Amino acid sequence: MELISVGIGKWVRVVGIHGGKDLENKLRQLGLVPGDCARILRQAPLGGPFLIEVSGRSIAVGRRVASLIEVEDSECVSL
Amino acid sequence: MRFALIGQPNCGKSTLFNQVAGYKAETGNFSGTTVTYTESKVRVAGEVVELVDLPGTYSLAGTNPAERETFHYLASHQVDVVINVIDATHLQQGLNLTLELAELNRPMILALNMMDEAAHLGLKIDGAKLRDVFSTPVLPLIASKGRGVRNVFLSALEIGKSQKIPMRPAYSLDIEEAIQSLVSSLNGREESLELEPLAIKLLEGDEILIAQVQQDVPGLSDRVLSIQQRLEQLHGQTPAWIISGERHRLAANLAHRVVEQGERSITWRDRLDNVLLHPLWGYVFLVIILLILFEAIYGLGSTLEEQLIGVFNVFNLRLTTLSGSNTLLIELFIGILQGIAGGVAIVLPYLLPFLIGLGFLEDVGYLPRVAFLMDALMHRIGLHGKAVVPFILGYGCNVPAVMSTRMLEERRERFLAAALATLVPCAARLAVVFGLVAFYLGPRLALGIYLFNLFVIALTGRILTKLMPEDTPGLILEIPVYRMPTLKNVLLKAWFRAREFIVEAWPILILGSAVLALLNYLQITSFFNILIRPITWILGLPEQVGIPLIFGILRKELSLIMLRQALGVTNFATALSPVQMVTFTVFVVFYIPCLATLAVLKRELGWREMILIALLTVLIAMLAALAARGIGMLVTAT
Repeated sequence: MELISVGIGKWVRVVGIHGGKDLENKLRQLGLVPGDCARILRQAPLGGPFLIEVSGRSIAVGRRVASLIEVEDSECVSL
Repeated sequence: MRFALIGQPNCGKSTLFNQVAGYKAETGNFSGTTVTYTESKVRVAGEVVELVDLPGTYSLAGTNPAERETFHYLASHQVDVVINVIDATHLQQGLNLTLELAELNRPMILALNMMDEAAHLGLKIDGAKLRDVFSTPVLPLIASKGRGVRNVFLSALEIGKSQKIPMRPAYSLDIEEAIQSLVSSLNGREESLELEPLAIKLLEGDEILIAQVQQDVPGLSDRVLSIQQRLEQLHGQTPAWIISGERHRLAANLAHRVVEQGERSITWRDRLDNVLLHPLWGYVFLVIILLILFEAIYGLGSTLEEQLIGVFNVFNLRLTTLSGSNTLLIELFIGILQGIAGGVAIVLPYLLPFLIGLGFLEDVGYLPRVAFLMDALMHRIGLHGKAVVPFILGYGCNVPAVMSTRMLEERRERFLAAALATLVPCAARLAVVFGLVAFYLGPRLALGIYLFNLFVIALTGRILTKLMPEDTPGLILEIPVYRMPTLKNVLLKAWFRAREFIVEAWPILILGSAVLALLNYLQITSFFNILIRPITWILGLPEQVGIPLIFGILRKELSLIMLRQALGVTNFATALSPVQMVTFTVFVVFYIPCLATLAVLKRELGWREMILIALLTVLIAMLAALAARGIGMLVTAT
């Protein structure tokens, strides 16, 4: 499933990013790498971006970016 | 001896640099504000050391200019000690870069910055364990308060003298074999980088490096390719991905071993986002914060401007009475003085307070949050959240607005944001709106012009987006934790930005002023009226407004000042009908950005784009003013 369809506050594991190398690199730089645990902290209204927590950082990602991040519902707790 | 400061964006690297070097670098909370590197001489224990502040970078992989520049610098310059600054509150993230740096075989020390914040978060970091892993000094640092700075540099000096090389944690067996195999084919080669680090970078597929080494070692690129392919068959992923994946896991393991999560004290920062990013209150506070900012700047600015311009006017008057007649020299001198006064009237009263306010919001960490809140709206005009900054800045002065488009990554975004930001009525245009429309026709109509302006900007954005479709997936932006900025950093940054205006735009303002004075002296300014006649005729404006409009390109508020002179009246109501006032004001709000803005547009985007934007604004001004005239005529007819 995609990150976009996960509710707020639930920890999930990132399994893949489907937006080409550039996107994967950009997210990797901010600490979002397949295998990591992530959760949505909040969403801006009117179809705005998501605020997600990953590797102890908060990153804002647009809806389209969030729809390109594939996650799975597995045992995942943060540090 | 040369020390290089390296760290990830927002790790406080530039803050450390400013602590010792003074006034050269700028720091900020927007990821990667230090685009180029800055050098300075620093005295450490009686020795003079070159200190270089490299751009903030998440890795050395070469996927963006900051990474390339950092790696290139380390590979080609003689760096005696690498000072790796790490944000202690994000140790795992920071260690990714540290692992990569440890591979370079350069003397290195680790400076764990923001130890005070880590303590607030209940993080206990075992520095000794970290020191043993890398076999390199690990020092605590609170750069924002200047604590630990001295020890960091003393330790760096010591390591620089002993030239102790850090240990590099090992990769999995396949990768290590591939590295050694590449090292053997590179044997005997003289390089500024040592062979092992070179081999790792080659394996990662750094194309520029492969091409360089290929010149000395024939057949190298084939060799690299075959090793890469073998690894890819084995793992199903490119070596670059395997290596960075392993680094990521190593960093996670390491962080797990050295960081202990204690009791986290819930701070004001945790609660602040509940309000400032709230779906409703977030926007209420955004409006309040911006209103306060503008109120403060406008209040301060207009008082200062009045005083300053008053001084210049007295000076002007003295000069004309003193000389008695209008000689060319005096006219030119007054022209130049006008240019200088223009700069003073823009920079000191409006630009500086604005830049200080903006720097504060930036360093506190609020600006990225504005981007988060505004992203959805900005997408409707083809931009994303980050581009909100030029718009906010635009209401103060278009010059810093255009300069701030630099932080946008794509060329298309920079052009679009700059074009739209020049349509935002700056403080000088506010003076025209207030002096003409609000004063003679009431403040409600002035507000109407502002709303009309927003509508036109949105419409223009939509049309331009149709012509230049968006092709990026959207916003990706780190939202840093709130931090209390230091006054020193905020002031330094404001000065740094104001200096760009002073150096780039001001001279052009003065020159333009002198040229206009010359034309005035030769009494060929009436030529402007004829030149502009097609426009003034369509808009139903008196012929004489041509000169004020041309002078308005110098400084927008000159349009109003010159209008009085051109029409030969003191009360505009006797010379202009209400519809004409509104039409004139709407035209002034949109047409050609002032000379200073044009100069910055040229520098940021190039000649072609500058001319394109100037023409576009004239077209928009014509259409908008025509629309205003049409509406005005309809309203007055009924």
